[in-house]
Amino acid sequence: MSDRSEHLRPKAPWFAGVVFTLVVVVLHLPLLFLFASSFFERIGETWVFTLRWFQEVLADQALAAAFLNSLIVAVTSSTLATVIGTGAAVALHRGGFRWGPFLRALSLTSLVLPEIVFALALLSWFFLLKVTLGLHSVIAAHVTFILSYVILIVSARLSTMDSSVEDAARDLGAGEWKLLWRVTLPSIWPSVGAAFMLGFLLSFDDFLITFFVNGAGQDTLPVKLYTSMKIGLTPKLNALATLMCAVSALLLIFAFRSSSFRDVLKAGEEPGDQR
Amino acid sequence: MKLSRPLASPALAWLSFFLLGPLLMVVILSFSTRGVYGGIEWTLSFASYERVFSVRTAQVLWQSFLLAFSTAVVCSVLGLLCAWYMTTVSSKWRPWLLGMIALPFLTNLVIRVYAIKHFVGVNGPVQFFLRAFEIPYDPFSLTANSWLVWYGLISTYLPFAVLPLYGAFEKFDFQLVEAAKDLGAGSWSLLVKVIAPALSAPLAGAFFLVFIPCLGEYVIPDLLGGAKTMLWGNLITEQFLKARDWPMGAALAVTLLGCFALILGVRSLLLARRHRE
Repeated sequence: MSDRSEHLRPKAPWFAGVVFTLVVVVLHLPLLFLFASSFFERIGETWVFTLRWFQEVLADQALAAAFLNSLIVAVTSSTLATVIGTGAAVALHRGGFRWGPFLRALSLTSLVLPEIVFALALLSWFFLLKVTLGLHSVIAAHVTFILSYVILIVSARLSTMDSSVEDAARDLGAGEWKLLWRVTLPSIWPSVGAAFMLGFLLSFDDFLITFFVNGAGQDTLPVKLYTSMKIGLTPKLNALATLMCAVSALLLIFAFRSSSFRDVLKAGEEPGDQR
Repeated sequence: MKLSRPLASPALAWLSFFLLGPLLMVVILSFSTRGVYGGIEWTLSFASYERVFSVRTAQVLWQSFLLAFSTAVVCSVLGLLCAWYMTTVSSKWRPWLLGMIALPFLTNLVIRVYAIKHFVGVNGPVQFFLRAFEIPYDPFSLTANSWLVWYGLISTYLPFAVLPLYGAFEKFDFQLVEAAKDLGAGSWSLLVKVIAPALSAPLAGAFFLVFIPCLGEYVIPDLLGGAKTMLWGNLITEQFLKARDWPMGAALAVTLLGCFALILGVRSLLLARRHRE
């Protein structure tokens, strides 16, 4: 976008600005209220500032166990999906095998499939195969839905990569494995890292699929929040929700600040521009 | 290349076993019948599909369709206005405005729904004001109703509509707006006669990006709608988990996927036709 065309943009009419402001306020009001109220305690008729709810959350053994479960699931499934998905993206980029279009179709299906259908299909699949449910079934489910995102992100990077580097390495006599390890992987490394981070966040935040395929007593944090709020809303839950938001926000800020993530965003924009 | 096959095999095997397998099984399930004790009898039958199109089920599906449709329309219109405003402020501010709109993306769905429930709950400001102005209300229907479901859906899916429209406005030729203004177009006719037609393709894209996931939504109606608002996603879940009628649940799921395929198919046909013209 050149500077000249920037200047030629007439301002949107006033009602567009009003709609935008209203939307932002109405969108965030409940969340802001939730954050604020997790810092207050009602004594008689007045509200007093307190950190008590946060102390209670941090002291809760069941919540600590749920947090640990979330962490185990997120790290394991994101690692597995990143390894498998990166391999698949490289293979799709290089071509030369018959099942390419089939693999592409499968990973697209996983992206557009409604979560609830996937969750229930997987649940009945496990049931019919007599697989006991537990963290392993949750991990299997998470790897499946993260995989398509990994393929998407890494493929976007590969498609913008200068293929002449690979050609040059090949001409200089690099074998297929050497090419992969010494040329291809080093140049897509940032996008692999970004795919891992996104996978981690998707897994850490997932409620629906986890809710259906997890074993009894092995709740992750979002599932724990859901089952507790079905019983009743308490100030302690407010504090838990606030903490979870803070953790996600910190992870995201960290992810966006790392320059590697920005590279991927740029790489992701370019194929879009051609459309 | 020699390496392609071993590199792709794990992903292929994984997706075949954990995605294709379950989906094919659901399709087969939908043609089976329910046993006496909730088991499955593997005899070919179309009974479940007949029940999908029965009056009671069709009513729920229609309601679900209307809710998703109205959400998608509201999101597209709001998205268009927001994106227009966002792309005409100074470029310094744009990333911040974009961040404000995308924020719900970055928070957990359960937390957002929780926040809404808390907002209208006993200690929330809504009930506080209703009490302060002595407006009578029913606390049960206030904390679970179809308006809340609608609000939950819109606030969750709005970013899906704004982001593609924002991208479209960034590439939009604003000289068109300038020209229309010179010819005396007011803000309203500018929106309806110039911008909306020029951006009809991204508008349709935004509509479907909201409409399709809305149809299969489960958590929002479950937590904000109480037992009253039954949507397609809830109906499928109920058949699988509570009624233990897997063939019926599977038939509902397959019908939902069929609708998706139909919508996407028609859309790509229309796009292809426009491309040719």
